Amino acid sequence: MTDLSADDKAELLRQLIARELPDELGRFGPFGGRYAPETLMPALQRLTAGAQQLLADPDFQAELAAELGSWVGRPTALTPVPTLSARWNAEVWLKREDLAHTGAHKINNALGQALLAKHLGAKRIIAETGAGQHGVAAAAACARIGLPCVVYMGEIDMERQAPNVDRMRRLGTQVVAVTSGDRTLRAAIDEAFRDWVADPRDSYYLLGSAVGPHPYPYLVRELQSVIGREARHQILAACGELPDAAIACVGGGSNAIGLFHPLLGDSGIRLIGVEAGGRGEALGDNSATLATGRPGVLHGAYSMLLFDADGQIQETHSVSAGLDYPGVGPEHALLKLIGRVDYWSATDEQALAAVDELSAAEGILPALESAHALAGAKRFAREYPGSRILIGLSGRGDKDMPTLSQHEVGAYAHVAS
Amino acid sequence: MPMLPRDRIAQAVTQPATRPALVAFATAGYPNAETFLPTLRRIAEHADVVELGVPFTDPMADGVTIQRSSEGALAQGVSLRWIFDRLEQRDFDLGAPLLMMSYLNPLLTFGYRALAERAAKVGVDGFIVPDLPYEESGPLREALDEHGLALVQLVTPATPAPRLETLCAASRGFVYAVTVTGITGGANALPAELSDYFDRVKRAAGNLPVCAGFGIRNREDVARIGAGVDGVIVGSALVEILERGEDPGAFLQQLKSPA
Repeated sequence: MTDLSADDKAELLRQLIARELPDELGRFGPFGGRYAPETLMPALQRLTAGAQQLLADPDFQAELAAELGSWVGRPTALTPVPTLSARWNAEVWLKREDLAHTGAHKINNALGQALLAKHLGAKRIIAETGAGQHGVAAAAACARIGLPCVVYMGEIDMERQAPNVDRMRRLGTQVVAVTSGDRTLRAAIDEAFRDWVADPRDSYYLLGSAVGPHPYPYLVRELQSVIGREARHQILAACGELPDAAIACVGGGSNAIGLFHPLLGDSGIRLIGVEAGGRGEALGDNSATLATGRPGVLHGAYSMLLFDADGQIQETHSVSAGLDYPGVGPEHALLKLIGRVDYWSATDEQALAAVDELSAAEGILPALESAHALAGAKRFAREYPGSRILIGLSGRGDKDMPTLSQHEVGAYAHVAS
Repeated sequence: MPMLPRDRIAQAVTQPATRPALVAFATAGYPNAETFLPTLRRIAEHADVVELGVPFTDPMADGVTIQRSSEGALAQGVSLRWIFDRLEQRDFDLGAPLLMMSYLNPLLTFGYRALAERAAKVGVDGFIVPDLPYEESGPLREALDEHGLALVQLVTPATPAPRLETLCAASRGFVYAVTVTGITGGANALPAELSDYFDRVKRAAGNLPVCAGFGIRNREDVARIGAGVDGVIVGSALVEILERGEDPGAFLQQLKSPA
């Protein structure tokens, strides 16, 4: 798999840019596919056909665009950050998904899929959540559209993210505690699939990241690409030129693929995904799947994955619950393989330092997830002084206050990115 | 020429001592890894085919019982390699064909060629892989074919007609007809009317036998469901018997006596 020639890689990149991938089997090169229980296969095939048809339908796109405008608050701002830019000796721009309704990019996907579900005749929505951001976005979108929603959430995450549990319930969603497996996001996805297996005809599974069996990685990319399209347009309008680099954090990878995909053809832009380096490089101490994982199958897709010598999925660690996942979307696995995107990692401490730095310098409290992208950007600025950097600020940090409160303000100011 | 492993499975299902054939599922090494081999031997004495579960961290097609058994086995260090090693060490003939049920990632990690070779060597006759649909099964199927091992295909009541034909044609050993739309060990009653579905599956399966599984828990289920198919698969109910420390042999034996 690693023996792709330069021509093979160029051809795969061409296919990605031309949106010829995934292919009909849901493959991005060797990655992706559809590894799901047989009971779900007809439902996944119906969903694929329905998604392809509706995403190409101008009426559906108009309905989605109207809701993205008036309800989500798009386009989100592109914000120059002069103080940070001066400190880093760079020209830094933030794509402000933290300003989107419910506080993160997750709403782009949740709204789009909920609308899709309604058009496909679904009677109820199933979703999973880790930190609660996707759960809140799904709950809000379902309330807006008028579909009942059930969110599966690991009981450890429910404790860590209690305010989000209350938010979902107030939005009319039923939150179900998952007590099996690792009792976090991974187990919540397992449980959401089990629910869907029991009722594949009338239930719609609203998956929150660019992972899972085909068509989810494709569907989520299409719905999140609004980030990159807007950002490209906005930065050209503001400075007449494209950035030298675009940088986003990667857990499952939905905000990153949304920012990167519309920029793949701009060969002058370095694309950098930043994974959670956690507290160290040992297996179990981080969630840096692309940096340290191997190809494997989890949650319906063949992609890079963290697992042990027996094929058992590895528990992961990150200070940021949204990045604390052992897998990654198959399109990222391909982008790494062909070398179009570089994947770096930032540690817990680097991310915590970045939260403080942006908050104090610019009055913007970023999510811990997004802070990984900031840490990566700081490193890029040091390596390439004077460059123009576009950062995907995927969400706001209000939800992280319980975690942040455990660390003194400025405690990690000495940590280099 | 000796019989191929996959044909051993088909024959055991087609010609059981009493009908329907009984396929007995147990998670390897649960509840007690130390008594794995004697437990397996006891089950094989009373079952026509044994289906051995390889534990996995994320059993997304399984209900609470098999999830619990999977976690319990993993906590005792049970792995695919561990199971192969124990099977190799056994000093008795199993008497019944042996299937392994595993999610894909442990098999992928082992390597398909090595897997098929080792499985054939230790007397495994085939595999059931719940997260490997037909479309993705080519590479594993090829490796298993080399050693005459079965890859048992699952079909469900929701499987459309043309797909049913494809899946049945690809299946080896038997066709696994899932009785309910859902996960294993469901608490819901089995659908009252399954005979149309079973008839469709049997027509598509041709000469290959059909076994029904999911939600079959007692003698009444075995008799009722078994009337429409060649064999029945009992999983979660047997795991619960083992969990309670009861004799699997007696449980399986009474399943076969007339209801």
